[in-house]
Amino acid sequence: MIVQQVFDYLTDPVNYRGPAGIDDRLLQHVRYCVLSLLIAVVVAVPVGALIGHTRRGAALFLGTATALRALPSLGVLFVLASAAVLGRGLPPLIITLAVLAVPPVMLATLAGVAGVAVDTVDAARGVGMTEAQVLIGVELPNALPVLFGGVRTAMLQVVATAPIAALIGLETLGQYVVAGLAQRDVPQVAAGAVLIAVLAIVFDILLAALQRLLVPTGLRTPAGPRRTPVSLLRGPAGERTVA
Amino acid sequence: MIRYLTNEIYRAQIIELFVAHLYLSLFPVVLAVLVALPLGWAANRHRATRAAMLGASSVLYTIPSLALFIVLPLLLGTSFTSDVNIIVALTLYTTALLVRSVVDALDALPDSTLAAATAMGYRPLRRAWEVELPMAVPVLMAGLRVAVVSNVSLVSIGALLGNGGLGELFTFGFRQSYLPPQITGLVLIALIALVADGLIVLAQRTATPWLRAGQDA
Repeated sequence: MIVQQVFDYLTDPVNYRGPAGIDDRLLQHVRYCVLSLLIAVVVAVPVGALIGHTRRGAALFLGTATALRALPSLGVLFVLASAAVLGRGLPPLIITLAVLAVPPVMLATLAGVAGVAVDTVDAARGVGMTEAQVLIGVELPNALPVLFGGVRTAMLQVVATAPIAALIGLETLGQYVVAGLAQRDVPQVAAGAVLIAVLAIVFDILLAALQRLLVPTGLRTPAGPRRTPVSLLRGPAGERTVA
Repeated sequence: MIRYLTNEIYRAQIIELFVAHLYLSLFPVVLAVLVALPLGWAANRHRATRAAMLGASSVLYTIPSLALFIVLPLLLGTSFTSDVNIIVALTLYTTALLVRSVVDALDALPDSTLAAATAMGYRPLRRAWEVELPMAVPVLMAGLRVAVVSNVSLVSIGALLGNGGLGELFTFGFRQSYLPPQITGLVLIALIALVADGLIVLAQRTATPWLRAGQDA
């Protein structure tokens, strides 16, 4: 019965009209999420890559990432909006969502870059690549699978948290939840929930597809290129057991 | 700000919400660990359950928290503001996260060690409890940290529906354009998350003394 009501709500053309329409709010929600994620990626990937490459300052940045993750987005949003230093509407939201997205992306980039096989990096340096070339040409592509995992996690959290924008008056899918609760209109609330969930799933599928497109074939498997443990190549006395 | 913190009524409110927040965010973790350990162990041993388990976890984790907070009462028949709602939702999330962690942790265990244990006479169940579990602790703890920190944050989202632990300080303060409760809520929630994270790291260090053996020499 409730399913029927939600379905009716979503298919009623009245709900698609005007600035409070479903398609408008959906678009806004998407725009805010993508913008915040892009900002987070631009900030987090270079930082994570640099630390993963030089392996210096990792402790400090892990601490920062943990602290950032501990901040509740709702609180950050409200405090920023209340302080009104940068405006009351869009900037606080984008900043809040970007802050939310930075830790997963940064941690994933760090793990991915630092996790590239030492032999590969060595080989790159041996071929004559400069540090910058090693980072951009070898470590980053190798780190892409892990990096994408972080981006997908970040996107999930951003899409899931963006509805809080409704509390500061921005038109996103969260409005259905907030307005529906205020009007005791359960189908509206449920419709909002369904839309948010579907959006999250769609984004995840899109990002997975993007990952398939961008990650080179040789790096597809999660374990990366097969690495034989050195211990298997040498016998107990150190002699080579494989020709 | 001082005036806010020294006010009796507000302080009672803060304490009540603080306790509620602790309960709402940490109890699901306990439940989830109890559920995820057996599930993950089964998934690790039997191919069939493994694919199903990991698939289900992925789908579950993709559902936004707010959506789950809304859909669960409709399915369970509870009200939007009931505690059961939040606890079930967060338990589901944390379980989805931890099952994956458990499977990864068990995957990484060296076969030689497990074979040695079996050869020594350990039956599967005892081996799981006394050998696999202790060795899986580091990876498990990493997953646990992520779960706990995100849970503490997620509870505050419940404030949108009227039950959000310390998150309610945010809505309360914002609606009256009163900054102190909002800052208090922010600091307290971050504090809970960081302390919980630190405790887990401590527990990890205590539970795996063999990883530090030889470092003090």
